[in-house]
Amino acid sequence: MNDKRPDSGLGKDLIGLETLSGETIRAILDTAEPFKEISERAIKKVPVLRGKTIVNLFFEPSTRTRISFEFAEKRLGADTVNVAASGSSVVKGETLVDTARNLEAMRIDMVVIRHGSSGAAQFLADRIPSNVINAGDGQHEHPTQGLLDLLTIRDSFGRIEGLKVCIVGDVIHSRVARSNIFGLQKLGAEVAVCGPKSLIPTAIESLGVQVFAHVEDAIQWADALNVLRLQLERMNAGFIPSLREYNRVFGVSQARLERAPVDTVVLHPGPMNRGVEIDSAVADGPQSVILPQVTNGVAVRMAVLYLLAGGAPERAEEAKKGEA
Amino acid sequence: MTSEKAQQLLDAAGVDETLHRLASEITAGGAGEGLLLVGIRRRGVQLARRLASILQDTGGFNVPTGSLDITLYRDDLHQIGPMPIIGMTEVPGDIDGDRVVIVDDVLFTGRTIRAALQELADFGRPRKIELCVLVDRGGRELPIQADYVGLTVDASARDLVEVRVPELDDESSVTLVSAAGAQ
Repeated sequence: MNDKRPDSGLGKDLIGLETLSGETIRAILDTAEPFKEISERAIKKVPVLRGKTIVNLFFEPSTRTRISFEFAEKRLGADTVNVAASGSSVVKGETLVDTARNLEAMRIDMVVIRHGSSGAAQFLADRIPSNVINAGDGQHEHPTQGLLDLLTIRDSFGRIEGLKVCIVGDVIHSRVARSNIFGLQKLGAEVAVCGPKSLIPTAIESLGVQVFAHVEDAIQWADALNVLRLQLERMNAGFIPSLREYNRVFGVSQARLERAPVDTVVLHPGPMNRGVEIDSAVADGPQSVILPQVTNGVAVRMAVLYLLAGGAPERAEEAKKGEA
Repeated sequence: MTSEKAQQLLDAAGVDETLHRLASEITAGGAGEGLLLVGIRRRGVQLARRLASILQDTGGFNVPTGSLDITLYRDDLHQIGPMPIIGMTEVPGDIDGDRVVIVDDVLFTGRTIRAALQELADFGRPRKIELCVLVDRGGRELPIQADYVGLTVDASARDLVEVRVPELDDESSVTLVSAAGAQ
């Protein structure tokens, strides 16, 4: 068995797409392809992470991402434990590092972390020798969501290079938007954003991103739209006047899509607010790839777990030293 | 010493003749319903397809083929550092009750075949699983043997048996590369 083993370039952890090369991102997407097939088998389990223990440490509520990670872990044969902040010693005031060190003391191999603070995943990765996977940290990144969006777009078009992708909606609060922008650009796509001024970061052009003020213009321009969830709590904070107003001006509707010069592919990371950022006719229509995104999410997470398990032992050593 | 000696064991015609013989052995008791040839990536896949086309041409049998990438079932993944690239596994349809012939280029330690058996079991329960290899080079580390063998070679552990297939290597041959000063 003398096969070539090019390093994926992933290292010990997956914190964000900003720091990965296009080559590494491509390696992850290519690895996800054969993992799709495993979920179609009679017995959806391979023994590649047999005996590995993975902790899913969720300090913020999540259904889709947590379940997707859990399926990915279980289908690779790992043993998993879910820790939700509400039921854990976090509510008793334990710090993130103490929680993690206690888990380490129980000899775990990987941590999947979701946290409300930007930088939490990196903070943890620098302090424990286990592999750390960011499942969303504050307004920083959500790399596996970015990867599954990339995979879904690649499935639809057969490529990413040269495509025009517009991210529509609440960009300013969105870690999904950031991971998408970095990932898409590294693979050679053109990226734009569209939304009310209050929800678009100032100076976002510095990331090489075009800004559309009108969703009609974005639809004219784009090959694919990634429609973000409008976080309803934003309305109370005064970012938008009302949900109905938002839907009227920025909602992705069938009528608007029909005026597009091409069959625009529509993505949404979920959970959807039907009738707000996206109309049901679009979400359930032929141009929607929202459910394939969910299927791809499991495959992409399997690929990440698999590649990280091959590991970069020297980085684990460094983290061990940083632990003191 | 890095000098080595290469000896061609089979040329293109030899490989072709051997595959014809293997094909007729596989169907000696009839191809019947539910015969499936599953090649192990990468060169086993090409050999399985050639066996299927020989069966089509000589016996009119329409035998489906599939491919297995056994990487995820290897017993040494935890020892080898960066993870290998994985190829596609394609097993056509339901294999319950089928007669599956695993096809590989070289049988050596038997560990690949062990992994393949484990992987196949995740697709269903065939009536029978058999093994067909172009070359058996000895050196088994597990109690595994082939049902159909093209060529038996007595190679030492340091020797290399190279099977080349037209689709990947632009030629069809079997070569024994012996490490000089071996033994």
